[in-house]
Order: sequence, then C-alpha cells, then structure tokens
Amino acid sequence: MTSAHAGATTHAGVGRSISNLLYRRSTLRLLLLLTPPLLWFGVVYLGSLLAMLAQSFYTFDDFTMEVTRELTWASYKALFDDANADIVLRTVGMAAAVTIASGVLAFPIAYYVARYTEGLSKGLFYVAIMLPMWASYIVKAYAWTVILTKGGIVYWLITRLGLGGALEWVLELPYVGGTSLSTSNLGRFLVFTYVWLPFMILPIQAAIERVPPQLLQASADLGARPAQTFRTVILPLAFPGVVAGSIFTFSLTLGDYIIPQLVGPPGLFIGSMVYTQQGSIGNLPMAAAFTVVPIVIVGLYLSLARRLGAFDAL
Amino acid sequence: MRSDPAAASGPRAPWWLRLLAWGGLVFLHFPIVVVCLYAFNTEESAFSFPLQGFTLRWFQVAAEREDILEAIGLSLRVALAATAMALVLGTMAALVLARRQFLGREALTLMFALPIALPGIITGIALLSAFKLSELPLGFWTIAAGHATFCLVVVYNNVVARLRRMPGSLVEASMDLGADGLQTFRHVLLPQMATALLAGGILAFALSFDEIIVTTFTAGHERTLPIWMLNQLGRPRDVPVTNVVAMLVMVITAIPLLLAWRLTRGTEHVAGSSK
Repeated sequence: MTSAHAGATTHAGVGRSISNLLYRRSTLRLLLLLTPPLLWFGVVYLGSLLAMLAQSFYTFDDFTMEVTRELTWASYKALFDDANADIVLRTVGMAAAVTIASGVLAFPIAYYVARYTEGLSKGLFYVAIMLPMWASYIVKAYAWTVILTKGGIVYWLITRLGLGGALEWVLELPYVGGTSLSTSNLGRFLVFTYVWLPFMILPIQAAIERVPPQLLQASADLGARPAQTFRTVILPLAFPGVVAGSIFTFSLTLGDYIIPQLVGPPGLFIGSMVYTQQGSIGNLPMAAAFTVVPIVIVGLYLSLARRLGAFDAL
Repeated sequence: MRSDPAAASGPRAPWWLRLLAWGGLVFLHFPIVVVCLYAFNTEESAFSFPLQGFTLRWFQVAAEREDILEAIGLSLRVALAATAMALVLGTMAALVLARRQFLGREALTLMFALPIALPGIITGIALLSAFKLSELPLGFWTIAAGHATFCLVVVYNNVVARLRRMPGSLVEASMDLGADGLQTFRHVLLPQMATALLAGGILAFALSFDEIIVTTFTAGHERTLPIWMLNQLGRPRDVPVTNVVAMLVMVITAIPLLLAWRLTRGTEHVAGSSK
C-alpha cells in the first residue's frame, strides 16, 4: 500500500474498509455472524436442555415434595417400574403403529403425485397436501373429537351403512377397542395418523421425483415388467424418503401429549407423564428423566435413519 | 423434472392408484370441511349429525367475546416477536453455514435441526426449568423466546437452501466490480434471498401462531389462541363459539401459507444458477 492510497481513505471510506476487512478476514466475519445465533441457541436452547438433564439426577423427596441437589440415579431407576415402563411401551407402540400406517397411506399418494401429475395438477396436489399439514394442530384435533363423538358423523355413517355390529365387534377387541370410538385406542390412532400423514407424504414424493426416468426406461428395456421395475428400482430408491418421513411421524407421536388427552382411553403417554410430573406433582427430576426416553429413542432412530440414507431425502 | 417423460410415456395411472390418491386427499380435507360446517350449526351443546340447522348467530356471539380477541392479539404479538428474532438470527446462521467449511460445522448443522427433531415437549420443559432457575417471570417474552427456537430453524432452512442454490460467482463478481461487503449484501445477496426470507418468515409466523406444546410450558397464566382453544374443549356449553373460532383459525392460517407457497414456487431456478 502506498501512502497516496492510504491518504485516500477518507472518513466516508471507513465503513467500506471495515466491510472489506471483514470480507478478506473471513474468520472474523464468521465469528461476528455466528456469535448472536450461537449465543441464543447454544446458551438459551442447549443450556436449558443440559440444565434439565442435570436436574434429572437431583433427588425428589416424596414426603416433603421438594427437590434437593443431591445426585442420584433414582429417577432413572424409577423409569423401569412397571407403571412407567408401561407408559413408555404404550407411547412407543402407538408411535410405531402410526408410522407404519402413515407409510402405507402416504406411499400411493406420493407415488401418484410424483409420477402421474404434472404442471397444474401437481401444484394442486401439493397445495392440497400442504394446507392440512399446516392447518392449526389443535383445531384438527378438535375436529376429530367432533367427528368421532357418539351421535356424530362417523357413528351416523356407520349406522346408515348398517355396520353398527362390526363397530361393536372392533371396539371389543383388546388393545384396539374401548367404550366408544373417541375413547378407544383406534380413535387415538386414527387422529395421530391423520395429523402426521402429510409429514410422510412430502419426503416420499420428493424421493420418487428424484428417480431419474432413464433408470425406469433401462429397467423396461432390460425386460422388467412394470411391477418388477417398481419393486427393484423405484421402491429401493424411494425407501430413504419413507425413512425420512418416519422420523417426523415417529418423533412427533412420541412427544405428543395433547391428542392422548383429547382422544382415547385413560393411561398416560410419555408427554402427559412429563407434564403431570413437572406440573401438578412438582417432581422435576422424574419429568426430566422421562424426557430422556424420547431423546434416546429419537437419537437411535436418527442414527439408524442416517445409515439408511434418509438425510439425503429431506 | 419438468420434462419428466414418466407421465407421458406411461399410460394413465391405474384406477386403484387414482382411487387411493384421491381418497387420501379426501381424508386429509374431511376434518377441515367438518369444522367449517359445524360453525354454522344451530345446535348448542352437542355434535349430532346430520346438522340441526343453519345460522350465523355464533359469529356475532364470538365477536363480542373479549377473551377471544385478547387471545388472538397475544398470539399475533408473540408470532411477530418470534418471527423477527428468527429472521435475524436464522439469516446470520444461514450466511455462515451455507458454504463455508470449518471445524464444528457438522455439529452446528445438527444443532440447528434439534428443535424440530426433538419432541416439542422436551424444548418446552427444558426452557421452563431454565426460566425458573433464572427466575424470569413467565409471560409474553418467555412464550416468544420459546417459539423463536423452532422458528429460527424454519427461517434458517429456507435461507440456507436458497443460498446454496445461488452461485458463488455472483458475490465474487460484485466484489470485483468494486462493491464492498455491505453493498454486496444489500444489492446481491439480499434480493436473491428476499423471497426465501419472506416465505421462511411466513412459515415461522404460522408455526408460532399455531404452537401449543411448548407454549403450555412457557406461557404461565397468559393464553394464546391455541391454549384458549384447548381450555375451550373442556367447556361443552361454549361449543358454538369454539366451532366459529376453529373455522376462522383454519381460514386465516390458509392465506399466508398459500402466499408462502407462491413465493417459493419456481425458485429452483435462481437467477444465474448454471443448472
């Protein structure tokens, strides 16, 4: 740099030279840009998460109902009590059932949209899937309580079709049934599947759309029947999309506690247990220990999904 | 995929596939239609079907309810605050993580996926216990802060996707032509990001407006619209008003979502991208 150049850096150029410095010294820029989101995220979000995990080791006194800072594994041990293990199994079972049902329902929709719609009709389908997906969660859950209630639409339809006996029979089944549709596991399962279905459709659709058409032609040229092409080419390539969608359906069902409260038989879910433990009981260590269950399950699920290539399908 | 010959080369979809696809769409929209129908129902405390009669009376009743207006007002203010925070912080994070490789980048990317990947109840209780430890009073700001965590992720994802599709040569060209970093940001990056920011912002707003799980932990005694709805479900005598509000929420949230969709449509081909 010559002195003439340095002299030309007038007052107005100060901002400019700072911003040029920032461009050249990109590490500095990186730090400046990254600090606010990191402060927010690292401190507020991760900090809270870690603080909560730490509290899961605190001691809760059953008699005084107070939490002391003595470290103990008691809350984690309590997770394996019969009652608590039941809650975990119930929640995980529901999450698995909802995930499978969503996959089965979503695949034909996604397949149809990806391969048989174009231009306007593709846009139409896309909006028609997006709208219910983003529509208010609580309103959707509410809508189902209205639909499933005794004397409501579903009961009316079933009586009209003369299927009242069949419904009775289904409701008497163990695990599935209950006293009525809106207090049965079947009803709860239906609502969960409805609410998370779009989260399954979109990743599958994206995965199928990425299958190069040449592959399908090659498969046909080599003599595969359409069903064979579907089974050996499309299905394996669409599978990461299914896994990606299942992350949403599984994780969202696992942590939900509003729908179990509105529809289905009594019996707590992990979410409702966390809520009651921290709220009415005030046993924060137990609540925190319970949140570790979905963290571990989702963590395992994510690492499995990563291996199955789901992250490329997101 | 525009010239995808799959649709042209193959015949029409088999009838059963069409049936399943359209059936799925009907399933997805059925509860929405039901909510809209019941808003005009004359019946006061039950949900019997067929509907009893048609009335607009409940809209007037709902309009006179102070608690509804308050809940809507709070939800709107919370969503605005959370979206604003998310836009600023999410964009900053996206600018850094879009291209550069550096130590810890993977970990950061993973961290920004956490609020979406982990169940909302975990975010909720973690924030609550932190707020309690730091003795912050629960209210407007704690709700907004909770919402900002996942709103940030939405904005970040939108902006980062756009930046990755934008060729780096644009920035280099701008600098070569003598623009400084700030000018490049204003005249090159920002116009390219604008619709992604807007769409991300709208989605973040919608997400916050609708959020209930984290909110039940961080709200204290405040009532956002979803919490008002939830409380309302335990009040059978208020059914008609609940129905009206449910329908309005559906209709109102549909509008910004359609907008966001229009904004991001066709942006796979960003100006200057070689693909």
